[in-house]
Amino acid sequence: MVVAGIDVGSKMAKVVIMDADRNILSYVMARTGTDHRETSETVLGEALEKAGLKRDDLEKIVATGFGKISVPFADDEVTQVIAAGRGAYFVRPSARTVIEVGAEESRAISLDENGNVRDFALADKCAAGAGSFVDAMIRYLEVTPEEFGQLALQATRAIPMNAQCVVFAESEVVSLLHSNVPKAEISRAIHDAIADRVIAIARRLDIRDDVLLIGGLANDIGFIESMKRELGKEVYVPEDYPPELIPAIGAALSAVQGVR
Amino acid sequence: MGVRVRPFECWDDFKRYRMEYYRNYLEAKENGSIRWAGSAWAFDPVPAGLGEDVYPLTGEPYGATAAFFRDFSMRALETIERKGAARDLCGYMRNYWGSVAMDRYLLADGAEIEPFPKPDFNFTIHICCTHAKWYHYAAELEGGVPTYAVDISVGPGYLLNDKKIEYVVRQLEDAIQWMEKVTGREYDDELLIRAVENEARSMTLWSKICKLNQNTPAPMEEKSMFSFYVMTLLRRSDEKVVKLYEKLYKEVESRVKRGIGALTQEQFRFVTDNPPPWPFLKVYRYLEENYGAVSVGSIYTFGLGAAWLGMDEKGENWIWEPAPTPEEAGYEIHDRRSALWWTAMFNLKYRASWQHEYSHWIRKQETYQMVKDWKADAIIMHLNRGCELWNMSTLEVRDYLVRNGISVATYEGNMADPREFDEARTFNVIDSFMQSLGIEKLT
Repeated sequence: MVVAGIDVGSKMAKVVIMDADRNILSYVMARTGTDHRETSETVLGEALEKAGLKRDDLEKIVATGFGKISVPFADDEVTQVIAAGRGAYFVRPSARTVIEVGAEESRAISLDENGNVRDFALADKCAAGAGSFVDAMIRYLEVTPEEFGQLALQATRAIPMNAQCVVFAESEVVSLLHSNVPKAEISRAIHDAIADRVIAIARRLDIRDDVLLIGGLANDIGFIESMKRELGKEVYVPEDYPPELIPAIGAALSAVQGVR
Repeated sequence: MGVRVRPFECWDDFKRYRMEYYRNYLEAKENGSIRWAGSAWAFDPVPAGLGEDVYPLTGEPYGATAAFFRDFSMRALETIERKGAARDLCGYMRNYWGSVAMDRYLLADGAEIEPFPKPDFNFTIHICCTHAKWYHYAAELEGGVPTYAVDISVGPGYLLNDKKIEYVVRQLEDAIQWMEKVTGREYDDELLIRAVENEARSMTLWSKICKLNQNTPAPMEEKSMFSFYVMTLLRRSDEKVVKLYEKLYKEVESRVKRGIGALTQEQFRFVTDNPPPWPFLKVYRYLEENYGAVSVGSIYTFGLGAAWLGMDEKGENWIWEPAPTPEEAGYEIHDRRSALWWTAMFNLKYRASWQHEYSHWIRKQETYQMVKDWKADAIIMHLNRGCELWNMSTLEVRDYLVRNGISVATYEGNMADPREFDEARTFNVIDSFMQSLGIEKLT
């Protein structure tokens, strides 16, 4: 039996091909773009090709992510919370708190010892604690995403960002640039601000070890450091797979289990 | 085999009363009658002593009705915001103010009437940062309407004493003199006494009806309960409201005996806390149709409309048992003072929605006990941006419930501002919550 999990996020679409023994045979990640349906077809085709499989080989396809309704060929759907939780437990069974920061959403999930979701909290209607905010800041600072994260590690002092709203936070960053504050310190201020907002969501839950950080922002070393500092504890990121792939893995696991 | 369901026989009676209520207020002046406006939490029996032709317009239900009719609500909200009202103020209040500012009055069926019928006076209570200010500003918008607000900052009920009750009673005595002055009418204590007795009967009957929903299958789902409970907020001191609740009680009791439920398939029971997002009551239908999930009650509908024993004498445990009427308590109401004393005590002590505004600990206890007593599998909490009063302890309560092993979901919204509700996200929260609990969608 071979199945697929597909996660259509607001920025990236991800596909995982998995066998009945829960081995990941292939995966593909690509920009979602504007045509979700076409993108999902494309990434699935690429993932199948990488695994040396055909569409008919798939027994079940489970979709997740905000664009899950744009995957007409999916047999089933699973919510992002469940997919992220299952995927997180798969890559790190000791994870009890999962914090996911995607392009437009952040969420925190509490898992029990069997990997079941015991509680969750979502950020609503605000991009200040999500990856799209980081994208905007990277453009302002005229650096690459990798440089942006590294810069934060070079900061020698912490500068608080007061604005609660992404729009006003951008204004604050512009003011700091005009005041000749080094980019390193601005980068740390941004990372700390995002971490503050994300942790505020996570604190609705009982934050227990291990804390696993997933989603695109988990690729950002500056953000990881801010999270560790603000939480006052170790924060892990997936070692064997890209952090933004985890919900797609969870969707594939759901397909294997044949349950939502 | 599914549960038997059937429509409520008294449904039309409730609907008719609600239609007449708004129309009576509208047409009152044609017959020389009196109109008053105020919070649904106000001491409703007190103006009743001015005569049998005194018609109230309570602000919160009016704001909720306005919110339900989204097009009207949007116009009302934008009108009042253009006059400077901030968006984080009470959603009901902004709809009410907007309606006054537009000079358009809304009937229960969504029909709009021009102009907005100005009250002879405003009579309200002051329990939060909003209630008194609501009618002070409404009075300004209306071109100067006499306004009286009663301060009730003497709770919670289990710590009540005669001195605290007296503080409220004296304000009510003053209010009666003030009403006589602003209306030119002589006050009738006999009408007051009847109204006070009716208030207790209405609220206690609603408590007993709510208790019946502890049965499985639940005889009522909350969307229907919204249409029933509101009578206690429109005019609970009205004899007709008592009759409606007597009829409803008998019908619900009969449904329980005959095994008639709210849903054909009840596979999940939950309670809620805050006022619902009135423009998006489809949230309840979504839960029912997709998951066989029935909302068996809420702190809002139980707490506002009913009278309960509440916290025990030690202030440790909440008791969801109906409060006594004067007759059951052996209390004789024979004159103005004894009537005012009873209504002050009754509301201060037994009105659940007042208790948890005095103490977050009480809110935790009443919510926890509601989940237990109504045999709910979970609570779904509305992080309601439209009411600071109701929302101020929501996340503390959530934390307490989770620590005590109760499953909780939260969603963000606004009880009366359609611009602050994201339907897709809310359904996503519901799906995530249900899936995390292993509840399958109905096929």
